[in-house]
Amino acid sequence: MSAAPETFGRGPSMRLMELVVAALLVGVGGVVIWGSVKVGIGWASDGPRAGYFPFYVGLLIVGSSLVTFVQAALSVDRRVFVTGPQFMPVLAVLIPSLAYVAAIGILGIYFSSMAFIGYFMWWIGKERGWLLPAIALGAPVAVYIVFERWFLVSLPKGPVELWLGL
Amino acid sequence: MHEIAALMGGFATVLEPTNLLLMVIGIVLGVIIGVLPGLGGANGVAILIPLTFAMSPTSAIILLSCIYWGALFGGAITSILFNIPGEPWSVATTFDGYPMAQQGRAAQALTAAFTSSFVGALFAVILITFLAPFIARFALQFGPAEMFAVMFLAFCSFVGLGRGSPFKTITSMMLGFWLAAIGLDGMTGQLRLTFGSTELLRGIDFLVVVIGLFGIGEILITIEEGLAFKGNHAKIGLRVVLDTWRELSQHWALYLRSAVIGCWMGISPAGATPASFMSYGIAKRMAKDPKSFGKGRIEGVIAPETAAHAAGTAALLPMITLGIPGSPTAAVLLGGLLIWGLQPGPLMFVEQPDFVWGLIASMYLGNIVGLIIVLAAVPWFAAILRIPFSIIAPVILVLCAIGAYTVHNAPFDIWYVMIFGIIGYVFKKLDYPMAPMVLAIVLGDRAEASFRRSMLISQGDLSIFWSNTLVASITTVALLLLFWPAISLAWERIQPRLRYRTA
Repeated sequence: MSAAPETFGRGPSMRLMELVVAALLVGVGGVVIWGSVKVGIGWASDGPRAGYFPFYVGLLIVGSSLVTFVQAALSVDRRVFVTGPQFMPVLAVLIPSLAYVAAIGILGIYFSSMAFIGYFMWWIGKERGWLLPAIALGAPVAVYIVFERWFLVSLPKGPVELWLGL
Repeated sequence: MHEIAALMGGFATVLEPTNLLLMVIGIVLGVIIGVLPGLGGANGVAILIPLTFAMSPTSAIILLSCIYWGALFGGAITSILFNIPGEPWSVATTFDGYPMAQQGRAAQALTAAFTSSFVGALFAVILITFLAPFIARFALQFGPAEMFAVMFLAFCSFVGLGRGSPFKTITSMMLGFWLAAIGLDGMTGQLRLTFGSTELLRGIDFLVVVIGLFGIGEILITIEEGLAFKGNHAKIGLRVVLDTWRELSQHWALYLRSAVIGCWMGISPAGATPASFMSYGIAKRMAKDPKSFGKGRIEGVIAPETAAHAAGTAALLPMITLGIPGSPTAAVLLGGLLIWGLQPGPLMFVEQPDFVWGLIASMYLGNIVGLIIVLAAVPWFAAILRIPFSIIAPVILVLCAIGAYTVHNAPFDIWYVMIFGIIGYVFKKLDYPMAPMVLAIVLGDRAEASFRRSMLISQGDLSIFWSNTLVASITTVALLLLFWPAISLAWERIQPRLRYRTA
């Protein structure tokens, strides 16, 4: 993994991302501390209360992230976190993946997986031959046989699967 | 020799036809998982754990641990033939393995890598066979303070032995403890950190986190790097194997040293990746001509592979004796034990001897079977990498979604997987280590319970961690490791001045 190509091109800097992530983590630590205080961080008659341990966990998240924040603020890291041309393919996978997860809730896993694999091979893989239908149909069928038939694990189903009587 | 008899019993279990079949399936699946970019050992095992709910624990652990061995073998194939480390621990193997392949010595490099893996694993398994029962018997006397001290030591060694920022290691670890704490508090029966959300009531399962961080996160990274596979071909004939073996036998000292490094690093949860780098570095430094390393020296393949496999195997020693895994994949296996209703820890040797010795026997046989399979089938496994990533990636993503769903039959867990995938992508780019987080999620509840029990005994007095020689020495070593980055930094500052004064 060489950092060299990332040095050129435009995009958010490594330093900025370090600062943002560290700041977010300080926030997370704060939430943990708050949640622990809410359930009690002291001792009850039967011993330490539920927030006793997580309270210190929260403190350490805040403390270590603050150090990371200060270190990043003082650094002169000029590298770019990710450039536009690098990030586009990531988005082209990430956004459909999120849509896929949303679709599982509505359409069930088999039909959504079929559509997702099909999309991926068509748009990202530029696949135009027989492989596309083979994988897009074959993978869900294989999943059905392995999970539902062999191991008797039921997976989420939607209207299409019900209509097929699976 | 009680151990030998117990081990023979284990072999009898493993040699049952179904278990033998599961072993072969596990190895083949494992090699495929190791070869494919974006699908690692920890993630692969996590996806498959739900399928083992219906199996007997012994069969399940044979299947999953063989996937682990297979993944360890598989990483070497892509490193040598394609210059792409399939697993982080095989990065060091690319340094000399790939040049060897380019010089047309791919078959020798692969034979050396597989054989070294096997030797490293064998060394670690023998160590486990004789050391594990002893450690377990010793650990039976541990109270909560000793148990917490050992876990504290495990976590501190991440800080002391890690190569990145110690503060990021601590952050990542504490995030793991936080995730483990969400939901029902086992000791008071109280809900905590859920903030009224019903989805958070059952907590966040470690399998979901592992699939997200290591599965989705890895795929996003792979896509960003834009993989193009240009590989060398290899077919291993019997002649090459025998010739290479003859050559390898001259390097017995290197084997011994690498295996010792690997076992040491594997038992402390630093894991296989630093072990492979360390072993490579030492082999280079101790060679007569260090400059020839990186240009296709067979020693440059032997050293990291032996150490990585020894570390990967030795990582199971603290897992079966103390219930503390030595690597992310071992942590996932440990989570599996809990799901199958086993209580990991020293009592397992007493209460579940069939299971433990079955596992140990499967380590011996699994590595022998693995060596034969990979030597025989390298061309086919290498062919997997010629499948375009645009076919592999969506199928892996679908498997991740299914794996996440089947953990609790909860559709919402698939969203968690995506969220942790994005976190994994960002963390990887910013060098936040992920192994400490996974270990903290798996061990969080037990670490917290043993800490609170110790506090109950001492009425909140921390001096209980120095109350006897054993616990005091463990705690002190742990603190030394925790502050090791600061100590070594201070030493570097002081040393030049001292030298100046004496000169």
